[in-house]
Amino acid sequence: MTIPSTTSLAVADVVRERRVRPGFARTTIERLGTVGCIAAGVLLVIALAATFAPIVAPYDPDFPDLLASLSGPSPAHLLGADALGRDILSRLIWGARITLAGPGLVILIATVVGVLLALLAAWRGGRVDTAISWLLDVLFAVPGIVFGLIAVAIWGPSLATVVGGLAIAYVPYVARVVRGAALRERNMPYVSAAWLQGHSGTGITFTQILPNVQPIVVAQAVSSLGFAVIDLAAVSFLGLGVQPPTADLGLMVKSGFDSVLRGQPIEAIAAGSLIVVIVWCVTIIGDRLTSSARSIR
Amino acid sequence: MSLGPYLLRRFGGLLLVLLVTSFLVFGLLYLAPGSPLAFILGPRGGTPEQIAAVTEQYHLNDPFFVRYAAWLGDILRGDLGYSIVYRQDVSALISSRVGTTLALVSLAAIIISVVGIAVGTFAALRGGWSDQLTSTLAAIGLSTPSFVIGVALISVFAVGLGWFPTFGSGTGGVDTLWHLTLPALALSVASAAYLARITRAAVLEESGREHVQTATVRGLATGHIVRHHVLRNSLIPIVTVLGLTIATLIAGAVVVENVFALDGLGSLLVRAILQRDFAVVQAVILVLVVAFVVVNAIVDFLYTFIDPRIALGSRQ
Repeated sequence: MTIPSTTSLAVADVVRERRVRPGFARTTIERLGTVGCIAAGVLLVIALAATFAPIVAPYDPDFPDLLASLSGPSPAHLLGADALGRDILSRLIWGARITLAGPGLVILIATVVGVLLALLAAWRGGRVDTAISWLLDVLFAVPGIVFGLIAVAIWGPSLATVVGGLAIAYVPYVARVVRGAALRERNMPYVSAAWLQGHSGTGITFTQILPNVQPIVVAQAVSSLGFAVIDLAAVSFLGLGVQPPTADLGLMVKSGFDSVLRGQPIEAIAAGSLIVVIVWCVTIIGDRLTSSARSIR
Repeated sequence: MSLGPYLLRRFGGLLLVLLVTSFLVFGLLYLAPGSPLAFILGPRGGTPEQIAAVTEQYHLNDPFFVRYAAWLGDILRGDLGYSIVYRQDVSALISSRVGTTLALVSLAAIIISVVGIAVGTFAALRGGWSDQLTSTLAAIGLSTPSFVIGVALISVFAVGLGWFPTFGSGTGGVDTLWHLTLPALALSVASAAYLARITRAAVLEESGREHVQTATVRGLATGHIVRHHVLRNSLIPIVTVLGLTIATLIAGAVVVENVFALDGLGSLLVRAILQRDFAVVQAVILVLVVAFVVVNAIVDFLYTFIDPRIALGSRQ
């Protein structure tokens, strides 16, 4: 009985040794590269401002200063005020909250569900794999934003409904990539080794395969986040997502659009550009993570 | 696999997916809170005649699967239901609007393929700073939502310069083309940027191949090499992305039509959702999904014609 225990000890040592690696911060910086780090920095600043909106924003985002209605930039209102006289800068900062948190939640749900489905398909194989792949194919047959619209049609316009609908739409995008990667890992010798040692399928999946596909999961989640930001903002723009008077970037483009027709483009330009900057940063980071996740193997 | 059985299998798969999606669209009604009858009639309540009409249209007195079969039968006969809000047959509503959406998507598809392939090839062959510039522009284009571009285009070219009309889809012919130019541009930017990126990568990879080197050494004209040796061989990734893109345009049109107030399927869908006109919502979603699935299947089939090396049914 001594031989098996020493073997598993040795393996445990190897596993422990593999975990000693350069710090998380350093590897992340290396993976991102210069442009990726700049993008991450910009995104961090926006995220911090959004998180601490109550402290950072100069005004209450809903406070109407009717005298300042449609005014341009001034010392009192750095980016001017919208048609109802609300401070545009403050509304941008508060709007960024929903524009980051909503899609973040969409991707979080889609990633958890997608990864679980993918790991289940890869480990069980056979009929389970066929059934899951088929389910993903059916989900792929509906264009993403349509899921959001369907959810709204049934449960009425609100942020929660759209987030739920879009989360389902993004499941196949995560699941398909992760399934492919997990299948590759599943056929590796280290998995058979763990199996021979008597580890359970669930144990191997979560302690061996999941850590090895983790870079791909993260890269795919970040890449999808950019599209989720666009989809969610679009649904809000259509008036089917976040409801006024809540500050949201998609809604601000819409109300700014009416101001454009009245000769004041600042709100539309500011909200539109902030969306573009957020999506651009997320996409750059996603691209970097994807190419480094590919180069690891 | 030879062509006949392949087509049959492919068509069978297509039918299966369509059957499942139609079942899901049908099932939507039963996901809604409250009874189907109350959901369809909504806060409007309903006269006994309306209740009878809805019960008959959705076959509410029959068991669930009989209901589905009857509903599917109605659709196959072209009966998409009756709109409570418009007091019109849904099929009439849809057929009067499908033209605008079709024109918008086709125009956008043309813009995307011309601009995307041209810019991508140019960037790959020129290299240097023009490559850098186009790659940066493509990255920005890819990050910009269509409704932001739409608002910007209207502000500059319709309100500011007055070159194009602001709203509506025109009276037909050249006038429609005129009205659809800005919407089609707004719909194309992101996809054209993506296609340019894919084209650039494909052309770069292909022009490094030995057969291209051979052609150059043989003294063939650069234009000939690019057209017949490089582009021809890069077509597979380009057509894949182009096909997927056109399929997503169908959904993208929903947003753009609302920015430009075009009377297409997308604006019909959004208005129907807001007015809780469920028969219209169900029918338009069904049309969008069917179009999406069919376009994807056609692209899949086209591969074999573009590249005879790909065996029918294999996916490489």
